[in-house]
Amino acid sequence: MKTATLVRVAVQSILKNKLRAFLTMLGIVIGVGAVIIMVGVGYGAQSSIEKQISGLGTNMVMITPGESRQGGVSMGSGSFNRLRIGDYDKLKREAYLVSGVSPVISTWTQAIGGQGNWRTSVNGVSTDYQAIRDLNFAYGTWFTENDVRAMRKVTVLGATVAKNLYPDTDPVGEQIQLRNVPFTIIGVLQSKGQVMGMDFDDVVLMPYTTARSRLSGWSRLNFIVASTFSPSDIPAAQDEIRLIMREAHDIGQFEEDDFTIRNQDELASAAQSATQIMTMLLAAIASISLLVGGIGIMNIMLVSVTERTREIGIRMAIGARGSDVLTQFLIESVVMSVMGGLIGLAIGIFGGMIIGWVTGWNTATPPQAIVLAVGFSAAIGIFFGWYPARQAAALNPIQALRYE
Amino acid sequence: MTESSVIRIENVTKDYYMGRNVVHALRGIDLHVERGEMIAIMGASGSGKSTLMNMLGCLDVPTSGDYYLDGVHVNDLSDNELAELRNRKLGFVFQGFNLLARTTALENVELPLLYDRSGRQRDTRALATAALEMVGLGDRLDHQPSELSGGQQQRVAIARALVSEPTVVLADEPTGNLDSHTSVEIMALFQELNRQGITILLVTHERDIARYARREVEVRDGRIIRDEVVRDRHQAAEDLSDIPDPDADDAPAAAEGAS
Repeated sequence: MKTATLVRVAVQSILKNKLRAFLTMLGIVIGVGAVIIMVGVGYGAQSSIEKQISGLGTNMVMITPGESRQGGVSMGSGSFNRLRIGDYDKLKREAYLVSGVSPVISTWTQAIGGQGNWRTSVNGVSTDYQAIRDLNFAYGTWFTENDVRAMRKVTVLGATVAKNLYPDTDPVGEQIQLRNVPFTIIGVLQSKGQVMGMDFDDVVLMPYTTARSRLSGWSRLNFIVASTFSPSDIPAAQDEIRLIMREAHDIGQFEEDDFTIRNQDELASAAQSATQIMTMLLAAIASISLLVGGIGIMNIMLVSVTERTREIGIRMAIGARGSDVLTQFLIESVVMSVMGGLIGLAIGIFGGMIIGWVTGWNTATPPQAIVLAVGFSAAIGIFFGWYPARQAAALNPIQALRYE
Repeated sequence: MTESSVIRIENVTKDYYMGRNVVHALRGIDLHVERGEMIAIMGASGSGKSTLMNMLGCLDVPTSGDYYLDGVHVNDLSDNELAELRNRKLGFVFQGFNLLARTTALENVELPLLYDRSGRQRDTRALATAALEMVGLGDRLDHQPSELSGGQQQRVAIARALVSEPTVVLADEPTGNLDSHTSVEIMALFQELNRQGITILLVTHERDIARYARREVEVRDGRIIRDEVVRDRHQAAEDLSDIPDPDADDAPAAAEGAS
């Protein structure tokens, strides 16, 4: 028989028992629908995290202190901090692929002013920091090179700090006390939102020179951030930074770096792997219903083979080979599972859209998930249809014809 | 009895194993069928005539002896080759019609052509239509079996047997489920087809039916005990006027459980 004829025969015999076919398909419909929704939600969560991370800055490269090892025991990142202002100055002077670079001196302190007090992170940074982090202002402006050079006591508040100390007012020009030192507020940042539970708005920014002399008093930097002119420059910039840093730290040819350079993609991929695990877990649970759907198909196909024993006998008597009968039943189960898969796909995409609409996530179903869903349901049709089809093909025509 | 016989069976036996017991269904059968013959195979149940029929229909192979169908030595064939032989050289008509339910007459008749592997490009629809017209059902092409009377269903089955232009038509109790009037109608059709040159082998246990054949073969206990020309051959078309039609229109299939 020609394939087209076989498919037509299969569709015809499915249509002869519409309710049963529908109920059988339902298992696959629910399975595929659930997988598509789960993958869509995971994808949506991932892309919203990606968006937040890219919102932290543009083409960002981060230099953090390396871990120290004592007799092979890692003391953890930052346990041996050798990042200094000198490193920053050298990068600023010598790194050509870098569009901006800023040291970050970070400390926690109580901020007093306005409505009360608030414990927050104080970061001393350079003027480049605004461009690197892509900061926008709700009120006021950023500090200038003059402020940095003169170590002026000026500060820019993050959205959370401003909201808690100066709700619904413009605090520019007000005084705020940090470690008993009065600072003038010159700007308030727009909100950046939370990324993985970290509030990037709960921060107070000031010139690094001021932070070093007035607050922390130490010469180490928590980390250095830099940005490149374009995303394609990032690998080359990382290499350049590495060479400059090795020179600054006087690291010998066979010694390891005492710092770590990571770009934004690497930061993002760490966040992604977490959501990917979640997505896979959800999809795995959803696939169980796909498996149950497959068993449903097998069950119905076995019943169908028994019911149609006589039909199989007739077909064999008039010249159908075992392989013809096998193909017929196999196509029937594949058509059923693929139809179920397509309906499930439609429901999954629709369900994903509803969830996206409720959560505000971009739950677009990735195209490979669509291919996978259809391919997988076809595979289920073949896998679970094989045994019943095999049974049908192995029937003895004489006994099949006599079957009542 | 020549080498050109359509069917040549020589000393065929068939044994079945039921647990430890051996059932000798056929104990040495010799039968030659020439082209254009119409033979009735008679026998009570348990006589071995069903086994013989399955053998003739290439649904089963002999335990010993030789079976040549149209010159092909059937003993040596694989299952797939047997299927192909059934498709090309044989047409089956069964007692219970054995049409596919919820499938139109045309599609039922088309079926053997769809399993044809010879690769011939044929208009299967046109051939099926012609076969149905041949059995007088040209106006029932799109009817499903449930919408047809018993006699009409059997005509569809005969059309299906004829559509692939087989060497032999095998009819197993073709009138077993029909009332006497419809039975004679069907026999008239078989006689007409035979007149056109089609070789017909029919299995029956009714003497009334057997007398429409040209030759009568009786099987008992796995052996042929009688093989002779039918002397008082009846013409079904003539008998038809003597048998009252129980229904004015098409009679539904009578549920006679003959085997």
